Order: sequence, then structure tokens, then C-alpha cells
Amino acid sequence: MTAVSIKDLEIQFGSVKVLQNLNLDIASGEFIVLLGSSGCGKSTLLNSIAGLIDVHGGKILIGDKDMTHAEPKDRGIGMVFQSYALYPQTTVEGNLTFGLRMAKLPKDEIERRVARVSDMLQIKPYLKRRPAALSGGQRQRVAIGRALVRDADVYLFDEPLSNLDAKLRAELRVELKTLHEDIGKTMIYVTHDQVEAMTLATRIAVMQNGVIQQLASPEEIYNRPANLFVADFIGSPAMNFLSGTLGAVGERVEFRLKDGHVLDVSAYPFAKRPSAPMEAILGIRPEHLAISPREGLLPLDMAVNVIETMGADTVIWGTCGAEKISVRVNSELKLNPPRGSMLKLGFSLGSASLFSAADGLRL
Amino acid sequence: MLPAWIIVIGVFIGAMIWTFVISMTNSRLIPIYKFNFFDQYVRLMGNDGWLVSVGNLVVFGVLFIAICLVLGFLMAIMMDQKIRGESLFRTIFLYPYAMSFVVTGLVWQWVLNPTFGIQATVRGWGFDTFVFDWIVRPDRAIFVLVLAAVWQGSGLVMAILLAGLRGVDEDLWKATKVDGIAKWRVYTSIVLPIIAPMAATATVLLSVAVVKAYDLVVALTGGGPGNATEVPAKFVMENLFERQNVALANAGAIMMLAAVVIVATPIYYARRSMAQKAAG
Amino acid sequence: MAQRQEKNIARFGVYAFLVIMAAFFLMPLYVMVATSLKTMDEVRGSSIFAFPLRPTLEAWATAWNSACTGLTCAGVSVGFFNSLKIMIPSTFLSIMLGAVTGYALSFWRPKGAGVIFAVLVVAAFIPYQVFIYPLVRVLSQVGLYNSLGGIIMVHVIFGLPIMVLMFRNYYAGLPRDLFSAARVDGGGFWDIFFRLMLPLSPPIMIVAVILQSTHIWNDFLFGLVFAGSDNRPMTVLLNNIVNTTQGEKAYNVDMAATILTALVPLVIYLASGRWFVRGIAAGAVKG
Repeated sequence: MTAVSIKDLEIQFGSVKVLQNLNLDIASGEFIVLLGSSGCGKSTLLNSIAGLIDVHGGKILIGDKDMTHAEPKDRGIGMVFQSYALYPQTTVEGNLTFGLRMAKLPKDEIERRVARVSDMLQIKPYLKRRPAALSGGQRQRVAIGRALVRDADVYLFDEPLSNLDAKLRAELRVELKTLHEDIGKTMIYVTHDQVEAMTLATRIAVMQNGVIQQLASPEEIYNRPANLFVADFIGSPAMNFLSGTLGAVGERVEFRLKDGHVLDVSAYPFAKRPSAPMEAILGIRPEHLAISPREGLLPLDMAVNVIETMGADTVIWGTCGAEKISVRVNSELKLNPPRGSMLKLGFSLGSASLFSAADGLRL
Repeated sequence: MLPAWIIVIGVFIGAMIWTFVISMTNSRLIPIYKFNFFDQYVRLMGNDGWLVSVGNLVVFGVLFIAICLVLGFLMAIMMDQKIRGESLFRTIFLYPYAMSFVVTGLVWQWVLNPTFGIQATVRGWGFDTFVFDWIVRPDRAIFVLVLAAVWQGSGLVMAILLAGLRGVDEDLWKATKVDGIAKWRVYTSIVLPIIAPMAATATVLLSVAVVKAYDLVVALTGGGPGNATEVPAKFVMENLFERQNVALANAGAIMMLAAVVIVATPIYYARRSMAQKAAG
Repeated sequence: MAQRQEKNIARFGVYAFLVIMAAFFLMPLYVMVATSLKTMDEVRGSSIFAFPLRPTLEAWATAWNSACTGLTCAGVSVGFFNSLKIMIPSTFLSIMLGAVTGYALSFWRPKGAGVIFAVLVVAAFIPYQVFIYPLVRVLSQVGLYNSLGGIIMVHVIFGLPIMVLMFRNYYAGLPRDLFSAARVDGGGFWDIFFRLMLPLSPPIMIVAVILQSTHIWNDFLFGLVFAGSDNRPMTVLLNNIVNTTQGEKAYNVDMAATILTALVPLVIYLASGRWFVRGIAAGAVKG
């Protein structure tokens, strides 16, 4: 059963088309994260699912019902906002019950729901307080509670953790994940934070310029990015990119780097084996570069520039040919190569990605 | 800093004390420092002109402030509906505030002139018995004052409250839509409390204008017909400059000051506690 | 679709309300202009709302140079120039004094700054009648009563609270590090004011000019009491013309004089647009 289905969605602000021909199917119980930098259309998409902005074309189905033009309150959704959006003049309890009272639910039902949700989110101690008297983390918990009491089928989150400090953010992230596992409801979550996306999502939709660049599980997105944008957007430090020429030489496929270095990439799982020579880009994540190359790894040379120690990991920055690359190693190795020295690196084709330089798509 | 000190101590504080001191004497034209303490205040309380003007001011003030707030809030809400031509409407609603009270008074005096104004026009349309002669009727003239003052001041309330509405978090509106709360309900139970500090500010500004009301009365009705629109500020001015009742006038001025304090202080504290509540 | 219709009705209601309100607000302006363009015969013969059939500027000319107040018949032009003579120096001086005081209060924080500020805030709310009599006494002692200098001084004094409030709030919004950096660089009180603060002040200056110039132009009370017969501002003159006419009233001339008096603040308002709203907002934050 699909929980939410978006077909050929089109949204424009004035004459600017923000979303066009957007399609997205979300299964019941999924945790979908819409990931992208600001202005990519992810919040627009979320708001259109909520019914908070007008749709100019296409359809939005929630639980197989056409909700394209339905009022937000009739869509069976609950929503949590970045700025919490708590009603300031009433207590936490008032916030939780306001919508239910408007919907004329029976009193004991309201009480039951509030009790359940406030237990779940541990907000019972401050039910009688006003939002102004709560910390940021508590406020966001209340906001989540206000969404949950609606007993919706789909929950929407619009950057709910962005206003919190790093520690609270990590805490609430875990709580959200637990919450999803407990209630098993469909959740659609907008963020620009890739850590949130990687940890929370069952599937991530990476968006740019109003287009979903890739929709896949976090592992897939990380290890097999569909195009250069996704490859570059996900991961920190970013994936290393080395440009060169890809060409078939008899049975073998060779990748010739800018500095003339040739790598045998025959074993790469090509979607389609390249026949004519083409410009391509080789992408390798910093942690997939080995410092002491073993047998069977493809070799690369790197001139060391700067060493950054980041606690558990150490990042070595340098150049390969004319291109900047980084290597991430375990700090336990206590590596400290002097500036300007050369390092022999190696990587396995299984963890590398090749992209066409022309359209940026994965080969 | 020196000029500021001189003005603050010499003028504001000094003059206030001086005025108070004179109000305790029985000076007529020039100050005579023979104290009779609160005699002037007792006299004031027995003075029909003063009592009538205070009564007029209360009626005028309550109506003017209430109508301005309601109308201003309504206009602000309507302006907040993502309408076309917002800046044009804003310009129209606010321009009277740029005009002086004298101009306001004279224009309305003309518009409401029974022989030529609205009454005459409506009669000209065939409604021969139409009556709109409030400006010459002692029991209605005070409402004319309210009408002109509302015309001049409600745009200000609109502008202040609209700024407040614009400050309401966009997400809060979205939350109310998801919760399915009717729009009028959002305005009355959620938005109104949020912009209450702005409404309080507007109320203070309007109250001060009420107590100071002088030019508008002089230009529009001259206090008449009879003493139907006399106000305390006018009473004070007349006793200062025409009737040579300096001590009595100053006692009146001090009473006006007391009125401002009595009206503004609770609003100020209410506002502060509201702001504190909002800030946590 | 029913929802769509409901929405349309609601939007129609919104516009209907706004248009009716706009008509209420514009009506007096229209009547004023229309009347001023008619001859007295036409005023008597037609509705105040009727469009002038043969628009003429005669009434305007009369209002400008020959409308009478009591025995003198020189029109409102005298008042216009008097108002200018009062408005320009008063606006300039009160803004400069307000800017310096606001700057001193927010950056130098002299002893008693809190007291000065508190008194000024409170003073902004006090009815002028409380101050008038002592001021009249003092000004006549020093020979400034009924003089141009006197009325200007009064405007500067009573403009101070709002001006200080505005400038203090504006300067308090500037980063204090800027001031600290200037101190470290060796700037003194006036150096920092003229070289650093004034160049940063145009936004608030514009608001202050709009606010003060319209206030002062529109003033009636101070002009009446302190200006004296040689310097009567336009508002006072206008009121005298309209409300003390002997014999037959010339309503068209009255309205022409009224427009002429309203013209300066109206032009300031229309030209300043959003700045005017900002001025009101700045005035409203007090308290």
C-alpha cells in the first residue's frame, strides 16, 4: 500500500516553476528524508503534501485518496515545524488539544491521546507550562506531540532539529528514530543535514533545482551515488574526484588520469561498457583510499599538504597530479607524513564510482 | 550632554514642579506665592465647565479608542490577506495621520455642515427628512469629534497592528491550518494575544492623544454647541490666557497629567508583563 | 469546488471592506479639493460631492494672498512662510540635539544616563499644558516670548524626547565593537560622532526629518501660544481665517486655505512612503 503518491506535480511561484513533473511514491511506514540545500524545492514539496501551498498541476494521493486540493486538516497528516510554531498563549496541554477540540473530539478521547503522547515523549511534567517557559528541546518535543495527538497516517517534518544545538540535535535524532520504530507510521522529513538523512531515513530523496536526483536507501546513496551532484553532496570530507579519459583497449577498459597515469578499471561494474573513448570522472571517498596499498588495489600517488586531526579520524589533504584529494585514516595509526612528502595510496574498484564528464551520470 | 540635562531638569522637571506649586496658590494673572494648598483642586471639582469637559473627554476617549482599535484591527487583518494594491490602501488609510488636527477639524466641519454637507446632499437625493446635523446638536456633537478623530487616527492603529501581524511566525499559520482551526478563530485566540503588546502601544498613543485633545476641538466645534465638546485641555488654555485663572488652569493641567499617569501606567506594566511572559 | 467558491466570496468581502474604508478615508479629501475648485455660487447651488463644473483656481488665489483674519487680509501665504521659518531651523536643531544626546546615551553612558532617558521617555507622554505657563514666564523674562527664536526653542525642547528615543534606539542597534574600535583608534567624543556615527545615520535621519517636519508643521498649540502675532504659523492663521470670519463665509476659500495648509505634510507623506510608516513605528516603540 502506498502511503503517499505524488504524480507529475507542478508548482510555481508567480511565473517561476519551482517543481515540475515531480514523481514520488512513498510506501506505508517508510521514513523518507528529502535532502538538499536551501532553495532546492524540498520544503515546497513538503508543504504541497501538507496542502499549505497551491498545486498547479499533477496529483497528490495520500492513502490512495486524491488529496491534491483538500484542506490540510482533512489530509490525515500531522506536521512539525522548524520554529516549533507552538501557540504561545496557551499551555503545553492546550497546544496538544487545540486542534482536537476544534475537531470536536469527545473529551475522554482527547484525554486518552494526550496521556499516551505525553508519556511517549516524556512531556508530562510540563503539561501545565507555557511554551515560553520551555527549552528549545522541550518545545520541539511538544511540537512533535502536537503532531502525534492528531493520530495521523502521515507525519511531516520541516527541518525540525535545525534550531537546536548540536548535542540536543543528536539526542532528538535518536528519539525520532525510536519513535518511528515504535509507531511505524509514514514519515516525510525535510532537512539539509546529511547526518540526519543518513541516520533516520529508510530512503533518501536527494533534491536539487526542484528535481529528485536520486531516491534510494542511505547505503545506496552513499556507496553508489547516481550522479556527480549526489556524490559531491553526500559525505564529509567530500568525495575525491579525478578527471581523465575512459577508453577500451581490447578486452580491458583503461582510465587515463590527467597526469598520464593509467588505471585498469575493467573490473568496474559498468552499467554499460564504454566503447568509444570518453571524458570521465573517477570518484573515491576519502576513507576508501588505503595508505598502505595491498595486492589487488589500484595505485595512486599523493603529495601531502596538510594534516587535520579530528579525534577518531585524521584527514590528510594533498594533491594527486593537479587535483586536490583527501584521505581519511584512523587516528590510531598516528600517521604524520611531512609536508611535501609523497604517499602511495590504493583503492578498490568496488568502492569507487565513475561518472560521465558530459552529463555527470554514473557509468 | 549639557543641553539635555538643562532641558530635562530645567524644563521638564522644573516646569512640572513650578506648575504644581502655582496650582497650590491662588494666582490669577501673575504668580503669587501664597499657598492655599488644594483649594484650587476643590474649586476645580466644583467647576461646571471643568466637570463637563472631563465628562466629554471620557465619552470621547472611550469611543475614540474603542472604535480605532476595532477598526484598525479589522483593517490590519484585511490588509494581511495577501491583497493586491496593499501599498495603495496603506497610503490611503494613513494619509489623514499626516494632516494636522486643524485641517482635520476644518474639513469635517465642512463635510458635516448641515446646510451644505452630507445632510443637504442626501436630502437632495430625495430623502427630504434625512437628518444628520450632529455638529449643531449638543447631545450629538461629541460623536462628530469621535468621527473626525477616528478618521485621522485609525490608520495609525492599522499600521502598528499590521506590523505586528507581519511579525507572526509563518509556521504558526501553517500549524493552525494542519490543526484545522478556522481563520477567525486563529485571529481571536492565537494572533490577538501575540500582538497584544502592539495593541497596548497603540492604546497608549491614542490615550495620550485624547488627553492632549485641543486643536481638533478648536478647529471642528470650538467646544460647542454650548459646551457640548469642551475638553480639559481647552479649559486649561482658556483659564491661562483668557480668564486669568492661572492657578486654576495649572491645577487642571496637573489633573491632566494625573489622568495620563493613571491610564498609561497599568498599560505599561501589562505590556511589560506580557513581554516577559512571551520571552519566558 | 464549493471550497473555491467560498474562498472567492471571502476574497470579495475583503476587497469590499477595503474599498469602502478607502472611500471613507478619501471622501473628505475629495470634498475639500472639489469645494476649493468651485465658485461660491456653485458651492451654494450644488452638493459638496458634486464634481466642479467649471474648475477655477480663484479660491486658491484668494486663500493664498487675500483671505482675511480679522482686519488683515493677506491670505495664508504669510503663515506659509512663517511655518517654513519655524519648521526648518526647529527640525534641524532638534534632530542634531537628539542625535548627539542619543549617541552619548547609548555609547558613552555618562552618569545619570538612565535618569535622563527615563525622564525623556515619560516627558513624551505628558500633556503640554503642564509646561506651558512656566515656559511663558521664563521666555518673557528673557525676551523670547512671542518671537521666532522662542517658538523654535519650544519645538526643539518638546521634540527632544522622541528624537533622543529614536536615535538612542538606532545607535543601540549598531555593533558596540564599532565604537570600541574607534576609541582604540583614538577618537574623541566629537570625532566619533561626526566621522563615524553621522555617516551611519542617514536611515534614521530621514525618518527623523519626516517625523519632526510634519509634527512641527502641523503644530497649533505652540504656534498659538509662543509665536506671537508676527510669526503665526499656517495652522493658526488657517484656523483664524475659517473660524473667525465675519459676514458671509467663503467656503471655497476656506477649503482652498485648508488644502494649502495640508499640502506640505501631505507631500512629505506621499514622497516618503514607507519611511513614514517606519517613522510611526519608531515613534510607537517608545514605552
